[in-house]
Amino acid sequence: MTTPKITARAKITARGVSVFYGANRAIDDVSIDVTQDEVVAFIGPSGCGKSTFLRTLNRMNDTIPSARVEGQIHLDGEDIYGPDMDVVQLRARVGMVFQKPNPFPKSIYENVAYGPRIHGLTQGKAALDEVVETSLRRAGLWDEVKDRLSDSGTALSGGQQQRLCIARAIAVDPEVILMDEPCSALDPIATAKIEELIHALKGRYAIVIVTHNMQQAARVSQRTAFFHLGHLVEFGATSDIFTNPKAERTKDYITGRYG
Amino acid sequence: MSKAIVPEVPTGTAEPVLRRPTDWSTQASRRRTRRRYAAERRFRVMGLAAVWLSVGFLVFLLASMLWQGVSGFTETRVALPIELRLDITPDRAAGRSGDLALAGAGLEGAVDAAATAAYGPGGAELLSDGAWLTVRDAVKADPTLLSRRFIAQIPVAADIDVAAKGEGTPDAEAQFARLSRAGVTSRGFDIDFLTHADSTDPTRVGIWGALKGSLLTMAVTLLLAFPIGTFAALYLEEYAPRNRWTDLIEVSINNLAAVPSIIFGLLGLAVFLGTFHLPRSAPLVGGLTLALMTMPVIVIAGRNAIKAVPPSIRDAALAVGASPVQVVFHHVLPLALPGIMTGTIIGMARALGETAPLLMIGMRAFIAAPPGGITDPATVLPVQIFLWSDEVSRGFIEKTSAAIIVLLVFLLAMNGLAIYLRNKFETRW
Repeated sequence: MTTPKITARAKITARGVSVFYGANRAIDDVSIDVTQDEVVAFIGPSGCGKSTFLRTLNRMNDTIPSARVEGQIHLDGEDIYGPDMDVVQLRARVGMVFQKPNPFPKSIYENVAYGPRIHGLTQGKAALDEVVETSLRRAGLWDEVKDRLSDSGTALSGGQQQRLCIARAIAVDPEVILMDEPCSALDPIATAKIEELIHALKGRYAIVIVTHNMQQAARVSQRTAFFHLGHLVEFGATSDIFTNPKAERTKDYITGRYG
Repeated sequence: MSKAIVPEVPTGTAEPVLRRPTDWSTQASRRRTRRRYAAERRFRVMGLAAVWLSVGFLVFLLASMLWQGVSGFTETRVALPIELRLDITPDRAAGRSGDLALAGAGLEGAVDAAATAAYGPGGAELLSDGAWLTVRDAVKADPTLLSRRFIAQIPVAADIDVAAKGEGTPDAEAQFARLSRAGVTSRGFDIDFLTHADSTDPTRVGIWGALKGSLLTMAVTLLLAFPIGTFAALYLEEYAPRNRWTDLIEVSINNLAAVPSIIFGLLGLAVFLGTFHLPRSAPLVGGLTLALMTMPVIVIAGRNAIKAVPPSIRDAALAVGASPVQVVFHHVLPLALPGIMTGTIIGMARALGETAPLLMIGMRAFIAAPPGGITDPATVLPVQIFLWSDEVSRGFIEKTSAAIIVLLVFLLAMNGLAIYLRNKFETRW
């Protein structure tokens, strides 16, 4: 695997990233870059480290005491593990959507308004209302919930909850959205809606999506990274990965020989 | 890039073993089914029996307390015709130093004389020790009584009161029978029981002193133990690194919750009274001591409640850029609060019923006036119950039961408030 060249438009560049849980190396020397206007998919069998790598991109691994990150990750040229980086600000700039929908047990409105409120992004109620509406519209949820914004977010269906989580993430106007298997807990119809949403959000936000579902990776992403046992095996245009994989392991995985 | 890490797809299946389907209708199989049903039934019956047994004990306890205690809230009175010929002006009697003036003018003797006149020699013995105080209060309320004959409703002496309630000595019974034949006795609600403090005469005692002492003590306990316990639990769960020291602290807190309460009393005696020289018998010291005892309970319940908050909520908040403190105060604490409050109620209920540590810091003193603040000498309900149950006078038995009823009502009110608050916080979402 050769180190990809740093493109001028790169939003995130990771170079030689290794992640350790105690003495156990979960990610070994991964280099990758993500540009502003694309969707990058991470695929690979369970336990291959793709989620771990995703969580290094907004330092969510900091919450695990034994986790340690080596190598360099830059966001717009700033070292996110550097001493000057404020983690809180970083996470506002790099939003995240999780595997299981996890709305706060508060009203739908409060769920979306929470981020802008703690970061002081809006002045006054009207501005906040507008941000909530815009975010819900972008997440394709507005028409379904506009009449019951004060209902609890946890009362929505699974797919709606996940879109609410996406609305919550985009309400703080991030530059990158990380999605950790966002559809694995959803039925096919809800999944299709999320995928449409990813298409709609592409270009506005750089999106990195971890998925178990290879068809999904093929449908939503422009570039795909294949992880196996903590190594980045292959990273390239999605069409190449699925039609003309270079590595033997990638071929075996996408043809369903293991995973 | 090795191929070995790719597992081989299994090829060729093993010869299937020929196997008859299980026969579920054999004797042994039926017996197993029967035994399973029997075990099920046994468990239900035992569970139900346990529940009914506890309900039975509870009902027995409450019923016997009510039966014994309700009469403690009533008093027997006699109608005493009285004409005061005191050398005192109505203005002075109603004035600020009226108590002293009336006592100095010989009110007590006048009341005794009226009793002797009305019921013959020994008539004064029929009345409560505080009979003249009742007359005094009446005169102060209406100074015109000084210049005319009137009939006062006076509480009877303790032994007569007991006789009126059917438990007295033959002598007292006879005297009560004489009075009631004369048609001068009556029965009424003893409002003084709810407004007065301790006394040596069972007809004069009140629970208010102890109740107020309990209220003040609980307030001090809650104000100290709840915030300290909650913050300790939050810090230990959310911030403290997992190492030997936090393990040690955890074990110590668990041990503290199991320490006998009298030890906390000794600690309070040594530290708060001995070292800090805080006032003896005061709700402040009682509250401090009980807070020490309640805090570990709140910490343990709080940590469990905080552990039960799903990590996905923390992740969600962190991922939109909440700082750790915001995560704790916006999400973890509100979600854990109902659980923390449950722990607090359990701790406070235990503290409310606690006697032993308070005996050590001097809250068993005879206190005849309700405390005015947290530094005044006071006693608390359970200690008051303990003291009254120790009294020789027969009249204290029903007062003890009545005090127990007050304590139970206090406890119920406290739990009711806590449940209300808990539900309120839970439905806020």
